[in-house]
Amino acid sequence: MSFSQSDIDELLPLPPATFHILIAVADESRHGYAIIQDIAARTNGELQMSAGTLYRSIQRMQEQGLIVESRRRPDPEDDDERRRYYDITPFGTAVARGEARRLSDLVRLARARGIAPERP
Amino acid sequence: MMRLHSLLLYLYPSSFRAEYAAELAHVFHKRREQASNPIEVAFLWIREFFDVLFNAARVHWDILRQDLRYTGRTLARAPGFTLTAVLITGLGIGANTATFSITDHVLLRPLPFAEPERLVQIWQRTPSYPQIELSPPNFDDWRKSSTSFELMSAYSSDAVTFAGNDQPKRLEGASITPEFFGILRVQPAMGRLFQQDDMREEANKTVILSYAFWQSAFGGNSDILGRQTRLNDDQYTVIGIMPQDFFFPARGTQFWRPLILTGPARYIRDNYYLNAIARLKPGVSLEKARAEMNLIAEQLERQYPRENAQLRAAVEPLHEDLIPVQTRSLLWTLFGASVCVLLITCTNLANLLLAKAMGRSKELTVRAAIGAGRERLVRQLLTESMALSVAGGLVGVVMAVVCLPVLAQLVPQRLPLGDVTVLDHRVLGFAFLVTLATGLAFGVLPALRMCSRAGHDGLREGSRTGVGGRRERLRSMLVVAEVAASVVLLVSSGLLIRALWRVQAIDPGFRPDSVLSIQTWLPTPRYESRTNRDRFYLEVLSKVRTLPGVSTAGMISFAPMTGGGGIWPVAVPGQTGTPETGAMRFVTPGYFETIGTPLIRGRDISDSDITDSPQVAVISESFARRYWPNQDPIGQTFHFAFDNFPFAQLDRTVVGVVGDVRFRGLERRYEPQVYLAYRQLEDGPTYYAPKDLVVRTSMDPAQLVASVRAVIQQADPEMPISAVRTLREIVDLQTAPRSMQLRLVVAFAALSLLLAGLGIHGLLSFAVGQRKPEFGLRIALGAQSRDIISVVLREALLLTGIGIITGLIVSHYVGRWMESLLAGVSASDPPSLVVTIVVALAMTVSGSLLPALRATRADPTAVIRGE
Repeated sequence: MSFSQSDIDELLPLPPATFHILIAVADESRHGYAIIQDIAARTNGELQMSAGTLYRSIQRMQEQGLIVESRRRPDPEDDDERRRYYDITPFGTAVARGEARRLSDLVRLARARGIAPERP
Repeated sequence: MMRLHSLLLYLYPSSFRAEYAAELAHVFHKRREQASNPIEVAFLWIREFFDVLFNAARVHWDILRQDLRYTGRTLARAPGFTLTAVLITGLGIGANTATFSITDHVLLRPLPFAEPERLVQIWQRTPSYPQIELSPPNFDDWRKSSTSFELMSAYSSDAVTFAGNDQPKRLEGASITPEFFGILRVQPAMGRLFQQDDMREEANKTVILSYAFWQSAFGGNSDILGRQTRLNDDQYTVIGIMPQDFFFPARGTQFWRPLILTGPARYIRDNYYLNAIARLKPGVSLEKARAEMNLIAEQLERQYPRENAQLRAAVEPLHEDLIPVQTRSLLWTLFGASVCVLLITCTNLANLLLAKAMGRSKELTVRAAIGAGRERLVRQLLTESMALSVAGGLVGVVMAVVCLPVLAQLVPQRLPLGDVTVLDHRVLGFAFLVTLATGLAFGVLPALRMCSRAGHDGLREGSRTGVGGRRERLRSMLVVAEVAASVVLLVSSGLLIRALWRVQAIDPGFRPDSVLSIQTWLPTPRYESRTNRDRFYLEVLSKVRTLPGVSTAGMISFAPMTGGGGIWPVAVPGQTGTPETGAMRFVTPGYFETIGTPLIRGRDISDSDITDSPQVAVISESFARRYWPNQDPIGQTFHFAFDNFPFAQLDRTVVGVVGDVRFRGLERRYEPQVYLAYRQLEDGPTYYAPKDLVVRTSMDPAQLVASVRAVIQQADPEMPISAVRTLREIVDLQTAPRSMQLRLVVAFAALSLLLAGLGIHGLLSFAVGQRKPEFGLRIALGAQSRDIISVVLREALLLTGIGIITGLIVSHYVGRWMESLLAGVSASDPPSLVVTIVVALAMTVSGSLLPALRATRADPTAVIRGE
């Protein structure tokens, strides 16, 4: 599947929920509840995504081609067979990178003006 | 617990549910496991509830946006279809919105007074008259003896001359008893209402003005209160201004003044001229009030057996009483007709969409194959029909706003209602509901039908969707429904046309063409004197008669069909029994000749019939027939059976007989008529003095207005002049609501006929297209063109036939229902039915001609190649 830079740019900036989901499935396939838990863990419990928001985002992200339902299954002992697992697509990865770059550019700009703290 | 949760998930669209319901339930289950105490569980449920609510709405919204985008593209690809559909829907919704706003304004909306359901109008009634005004003593007795009402008030229509800044004007108003405003629970916008003190004969004269009159005559000046103003020849103090939206007893009421009964009139029990309204006590039913009032009436009959013979009370809800039966059925008929048009619109569009959807069955099958559920497809098709109907609804609302002023003419001016609201929340709400219903009505059937088949056989090569199948039957039924509805409208139009013709053909008893009628108003006290009146008549009539183009002129108390007049009981020496009534007016010489009422026997009133000479009367033929059948009425005598009223009791000798005049209106019953000599009216009130001038001319009456006005103003510069119009206009006003309603119903019928014709055309074109191979084969086997045409026509005529029969059955009941509008025309009037059938058949033939011709051109060789 090929995509261009303009395909990526069209989706930016990403809604925060979408970005978090992309990060959650970036390294491994996860089902919905696992995504919610991962996001909560990574944000020290600050972001508790609701199921409705999650699956509404997942539906849209599937339509946009950012994620797909996974055909691979995780380790048998972790696997809950009744669940749907989601994988990031190459396009999803590219969009997540684009968003990360956009955000870090913004932070750099803010630093230059002394608004954001210097890297510790 | 989880079952409740899965019920909650039904808020999501089914496609979303199918995909994610198990996942959503899993997340909820996990969270439920983590909740350690009831408070956390409760919080979890609350959060979940709002989460589902919010996200379900968002998902629905996302789908709607997608569907709308898709709809936009689909409709843009077929601009002809889209435009037609929007226009047709617009016509249907517009017609309904406009007629609804009128119907709602007049019939449905409660009267604009507090607790209007407790307001009643009170009448006297006898076996022959269901509603008669009250006499002052009867009103007094009824009010004092009854316990059902909080308050009861008498009022009487009134008019005064207002010497404004420029020309004197005649003002319409009401004289009222002090309870009047209290019954209606209305407060003045400024100043105060009448109190008992204002009702004393010797009290300072006081008046309350309507908001509109205060604005027009005094520029809305706020220091009006306490100001003196001249009404007739008296000074009145303005004590109050009523609110802008207060109209009672009539729309045009400009002032209210105290009803002060003086002189012998207040004691005459059979002199009926008061209207009465009352407010029921809380909890008292109409029936109870009626029963009580009739008991009182019976008691009064025993006390006054002659004056109150057979007299009872009628207590009617005010709203019902105000609106004449004819107006009621006129509006409901119109509303019914517009609903018919909407139904036809819906069936027509359903048909169009069905045809269109059949053409799209492959597309829908493909969408079903790639995973769109049935619900999504139905939703998509419904979005299309809703988009069409919303666009149509907007067009319709604009149409309704444009048409409203025309329709507003159907509202009688004398109703105590403000302007018809152009668009308020009720009308807009109605338009919205109609739009919604329309979209669903014409969208649901095609959508369900199409989607139930999508995925089955849509992709089969050469599959002939629709032919002879259920869908074609459905379309046929829709066409039958359209034809039936058009037949109902056609028959109704036919009946209404025939009724209008019948009413127009009624002989009013005079020749209204080329006669100008002008109302003057002899202000009191100046014209209470006979000498002053005679001087005015002499000058005006002699000068008007010499104006170029004028052939004759005369004056009468109240010109026919203008609403004024008196109905007096008549007694003839030697004849016993209950006195019958006669319509009484005073006239000048030349009046009969001017309006063209034939003098059949004897002579006209003459200038030499004066107070000191014998009292004379000219009577109408029906009067002569009633009292002196088979005798010569000339020289016979009679008097008016009013007690305590010397003028009425004078013996009068019949000197002439004229034709009967329908003075109440073309369609209303009329009493026998008596005309008295203008110079034999005593000094005193001018109510019965001739005030309406009629002039017959050989030229256009409009050209005469200025010179006649000049003559009147020369005779008395302070004489108010009003109601300048021709007798023809007065007669035409009688049929104006009918003509207007008829024009609308005919327009609706024409529209529905056109739509039904289009429906037939569309159905047949489609069927013929699908059956081309069959026709080709028939031609190959030797069928002639006329055989093919007759096959197609037979099908169309079968549908029309069923539609006509259904329509005629429904029309019969509709006709019976609108009997009060039919002026005696039978609900099964043969000419109307025959014309309807012929028109419906002609519509069928013209609608099917093109498809039939196309069928004859089916090419047999192409068919064989195709198979």
